[in-house]
Amino acid sequence: MADGTSVPIDVIAPAQVRARRNTMQRFAQRRSTTGFLLCLPLILLIAAFVIYPAFYAIYLSMLNKKMTAFVGLGNFQFLLKRHTFQLVIFQSCLFAVTSVVLKAIIGFVLAHLMHNIPGKNQRIWRGLLLVPWVIPLALSTLTWWWMFDPSYSAFNWVLNQFGFANVPWLGVGWIARFCTIVVNVWYGTPFFMIMYLAALKSVPEQLYEAASIDGANAIQKLFFVTLPMMRNIISITVLFSLIVTFADFDIVRILTAGGPQDMTHVFATYAFQIGIQSGDIPLGAADSLFMFPILAFAAFFVLRGVTRRTREIAA
Amino acid sequence: MTRRRALKVAAASAALPLVHIRSGRAAGKLSIAFWDHWVPSGNAVMQKQVDAWAAKNQVEIQADFITSNGQKNILTIAAEHQARTGHDIQTFPTWEVHNNADLIEPIDDVMKRLTDKYGQVNQVCEYLAKVNGKWLAVPTSSGTQYKGPCGRISILKEKAGLDVVGMYPARDEHTAASDAWTWDAHYKAAEACAKAGMPFAIGLGQTSDSVDFAGTLFHAHGAELVDKDGNITVKSDKVRAVLEYAQKLVKVLPDDAVSYDDASNNRALISGKSPLIWNPPSAWAVAKRDAPQVAADCWTFSAPTGPQGRFVPYLPYFWGVWSFSSNKTAAKELIEALLQREPVEQRCTVVSGYDVPPFTSMLDFKIWSEVEPPKGTVYNYPIRPFHKATAHIAAMPAPPEIAVQIYNRGTMPTMLAKLKSGQSIDQVVSWASDELEGFAR
Repeated sequence: MADGTSVPIDVIAPAQVRARRNTMQRFAQRRSTTGFLLCLPLILLIAAFVIYPAFYAIYLSMLNKKMTAFVGLGNFQFLLKRHTFQLVIFQSCLFAVTSVVLKAIIGFVLAHLMHNIPGKNQRIWRGLLLVPWVIPLALSTLTWWWMFDPSYSAFNWVLNQFGFANVPWLGVGWIARFCTIVVNVWYGTPFFMIMYLAALKSVPEQLYEAASIDGANAIQKLFFVTLPMMRNIISITVLFSLIVTFADFDIVRILTAGGPQDMTHVFATYAFQIGIQSGDIPLGAADSLFMFPILAFAAFFVLRGVTRRTREIAA
Repeated sequence: MTRRRALKVAAASAALPLVHIRSGRAAGKLSIAFWDHWVPSGNAVMQKQVDAWAAKNQVEIQADFITSNGQKNILTIAAEHQARTGHDIQTFPTWEVHNNADLIEPIDDVMKRLTDKYGQVNQVCEYLAKVNGKWLAVPTSSGTQYKGPCGRISILKEKAGLDVVGMYPARDEHTAASDAWTWDAHYKAAEACAKAGMPFAIGLGQTSDSVDFAGTLFHAHGAELVDKDGNITVKSDKVRAVLEYAQKLVKVLPDDAVSYDDASNNRALISGKSPLIWNPPSAWAVAKRDAPQVAADCWTFSAPTGPQGRFVPYLPYFWGVWSFSSNKTAAKELIEALLQREPVEQRCTVVSGYDVPPFTSMLDFKIWSEVEPPKGTVYNYPIRPFHKATAHIAAMPAPPEIAVQIYNRGTMPTMLAKLKSGQSIDQVVSWASDELEGFAR
């Protein structure tokens, strides 16, 4: 070639060919290369269905309503001034935090109960308690909706049998909020339970024996053995659940569609309403992106704690 | 033949498949997204008509029926708009023509031929599908509906002294009783029935049925939240007047009215718990199957009149052609063929009169006289001249880009829901004003 750096293929010395082949073989045989190649399909899927849409959403959120002009952070500023959106932020935080705390507590209790059930019975109970988690969420929420139904609520029927008046489950703001949280807790608790159960099973029995010899009672064992050993799992589970709960759409959409009077809207349902139903996609994108800083903040602190504890254990 | 000529013929033959002659009468492909009809036979008759046209015109057609459950049709439209690819013909519900106006092909030529032949369409169609003086979509019959009152003949007579059959008989006859069918009469009937433990099943939620009812109530009182020029007019005497009326009405509606969706009112009627709903005849059709004694006691009639007039909620569907369609000529020809009187009547008959044709001259189909039980139950479902009523969609005449938000966010029924929860008129107006400022950005 003109620059003189290329060498015609027919003049490569056999030794050079061997060296190049060896380099390629070494590259292919490296564990990191194999790992990368095996992960490549997943990376491509994530790039196509997570990273690209995320950046596209950021781009959309900075356009005007007709998507013809760049407005910077105008949509975010606009949303923050709206009373309804302030309500959405409050409800999203209330819904996610309350649900996750309740799921964590109930899951923790259930995991302990499960851990103390011997042998075969434990497997049966474990399977039964996992049922809410394995049923498709939209389907189970629909069943809940039938039970809360304005006119033909099964719960109201039971209340009526005991002489109580009907409760407008989904018709009064705070009761409707309570209902959405209940359904989320019902659905998500098995996940916490199974994670905590796995963590409990990995706590060495010797630690409890040593604590017993030192005279520790059950509560002391819980606080000084079990909880410290489970802290990382608890943190990761809470973080994961927080992300999923913040992004929840199905439960609110099916149960209340954001009503009554916008009191149960969360980020996702509100984004759907303004973005898709009302034809303001940039505003909808801006709304959905409000979750991102909140979750990034939570993820940063939780993962930092996990890393720190892992280092302490390793040391 | 010379060697040069032979080469030319060969080259032309090879290039022929690359050239697509864009004419409906030439072979080509066409894909259509139809609304998935509530009545199963509604899809079958549509498919049959499309297949017949395709065979006649040698066009390969793919017809998809997309449900409005979970608003899948709107999601599909949004996805196709973003991707700039998808079906050639799309069914646009109410506000979707305006929402997607930048990518819809003007269709004035088809609209002109149809209106020349069958007469004008109503002002709601024009408001929703004519953008900057151009028709972007043709109003269709499939899915288009009125949502006037549907009541129980015996219960309304017994509990409220309201003879709905006498008021709106199944013949072209204006009655004095229909003149007395005012919003005050509506309230008195609702109150009487509520006292008898059978409240009118009128929703105050944020779904379409609730919005349509509130929209017609407001408009009959001349109350506009935003005027046609985009000015916020919620702080007006007329809005205050309608809210004063609503303050009384909401007290006699069911306790759970604020959590109603579009199925709640239907269930209330079918189960016999309520004597009146505002709905197309779909509730009656289900009752005919599940509760025949209820269906036999149902009568659909016109809306009450108010200071501004008598307005019936109207939700039209439209057929439009995406500007990225690769077979626009064929698409327009198919739309025009499907909106001829004969196929429209055929489809309307199959769905027991649910679909309302957009053209005034087509409101004389026999099906509305024939459907039973009771005979003539849906005779007054389409607006007839002697009703002295006008079709209306909630939030009209606000500019559509604002109106769509008023409609889809359920601003008007939410105002009524707030009254039901005990808020004052001032609080409700203040809340609405804040919301509307956000819509007008």
